[in-house]
Amino acid sequence: MIKNTRKHPAAIDLDRRTFLKGAALGAAAMALPPADADAGFLESFFQKHFREMSDEEIKKVIDRLEKDYSKQFSKEVKVKATKPMENVVFGYGLDIGRCIGCRKCVQACVEENNQSRDPQIQWISVLKMKKGAKMADFQTADKYYQPEQVPEPGYFYLPVQCQQCEDPPCVKVCPTKATWKEKDGIVVIDYNWCIGCRYCMAACPYGARRFNWGTPNVPAEQLNPNTHYLGNRPRPKGSVEKCTFCIQRTREGRYPACVEACPVGARKFGNLADPNSEIRKAMEHFRVFRLKEDLNTKPQFFYFFGVKSNRAEGGK
Amino acid sequence: MKKMKAVFFTLLAATALSVFLIQSGVQAQPQAEQVAKQQPKQTAAKPLVHAPDTVTPAPKMAFFPCSQCHSAMPVNKKERALTFHTEITLKHMPTGWCYSCHDEKNRDKLKLANGDLIDYNDSALLCGQCHGASLKEWQDGVHGKRTGMWNGKKVYENCLSCHDQHQPAFKAIKPMPAPERPEKIIYKKKK
Repeated sequence: MIKNTRKHPAAIDLDRRTFLKGAALGAAAMALPPADADAGFLESFFQKHFREMSDEEIKKVIDRLEKDYSKQFSKEVKVKATKPMENVVFGYGLDIGRCIGCRKCVQACVEENNQSRDPQIQWISVLKMKKGAKMADFQTADKYYQPEQVPEPGYFYLPVQCQQCEDPPCVKVCPTKATWKEKDGIVVIDYNWCIGCRYCMAACPYGARRFNWGTPNVPAEQLNPNTHYLGNRPRPKGSVEKCTFCIQRTREGRYPACVEACPVGARKFGNLADPNSEIRKAMEHFRVFRLKEDLNTKPQFFYFFGVKSNRAEGGK
Repeated sequence: MKKMKAVFFTLLAATALSVFLIQSGVQAQPQAEQVAKQQPKQTAAKPLVHAPDTVTPAPKMAFFPCSQCHSAMPVNKKERALTFHTEITLKHMPTGWCYSCHDEKNRDKLKLANGDLIDYNDSALLCGQCHGASLKEWQDGVHGKRTGMWNGKKVYENCLSCHDQHQPAFKAIKPMPAPERPEKIIYKKKK
């Protein structure tokens, strides 16, 4: 057998097979984490899907994350994985007759849910629309209005956030099943499984999802340490995020942050399965509509007209 | 004979019982009227908030009880420019003056249109005289704001948490800063 060898300048006999073996081993070694990386790297790499993990496995993941975050922000960060309550389906109501477009909900949401300050990410968009038009025109709606005072005469305001659809198009398109609908109606994202393909953002008819183009930046002193695995825990770069009805609050029985921040009481929240809840009463009493109903996404976010017009001074 | 006797006694017992019942009933009515006369109606018969585990915040009042000054002052019912409570501008009803809602004799109470006196904490009843639909909606939780727990203890912010009783229209406010335009956002490299 003729050996197909080449004379190496350093006089090393190296046949093709040995070279390829060595190259493969080298490449494999480069893929491994450096020696000083903590064991968490491999654990997070081989982490199972959230819904396939047992309670102990979830606890292990959460312990790892709590350790990581506490180190990163040099303060104690709690991560929970509170399960949905029995016989609860969350519903949200927004009275666009009352909303004055002050963006206090946006601010409260950013603070509660640890959204990146710079580069800026905000889950709620408040759209300014002209009164008297035939229909809500999303194309000409203004998100960047900045007058001296709100409400401005002749306009109304339509805050849009994740509509927590009953039939969510974003969930259908996710190639890694990193986003899904929970039993209590909240559409959640597992940031560890999100690969950042942004298919969900293209599928969402409401523009409710946000992408971390850069590393999210939340100052440690402003970080809300009370977090949920599927909600407001610090996100990695390259993952998609969105409103979760403040899952870390609502699964413990509290109101979402935006409801408590609204100065005019335009935001209502409650259990759709409970006939005495505020959201059910609002649906019984007022004219209710959902955004882009023709798409059949069946949002669990309802808009209604509690008053005919916002009656703040000058807002006639 | 034994049968006849038994029927007689049962009849006797029944008549005695019915006479006693009628008499006691006749007596009970005037007693109830007397009790009602003795207790002047001061608070509403129905509670304002029916749900358990709820709190309505007390109104913030700078000078309370009002009687500490007003008990020594004469009642002046004339509409005039106030010399003391100058921060109050009445911009509410087309007509009306202080005594439309405040009681001239008992300064620590509010007065309903029917003359009943109510506590300042129950002021929602006073508002509800004209804004009945709003009061009903507030009790249902669709008007106004609630904080706390959606399935438990909550605070019902009352009328005065959001509205100024003397000029109840909302004031225009300064909005929070607008979001940055996407083209203005700079993505820095990780250090």
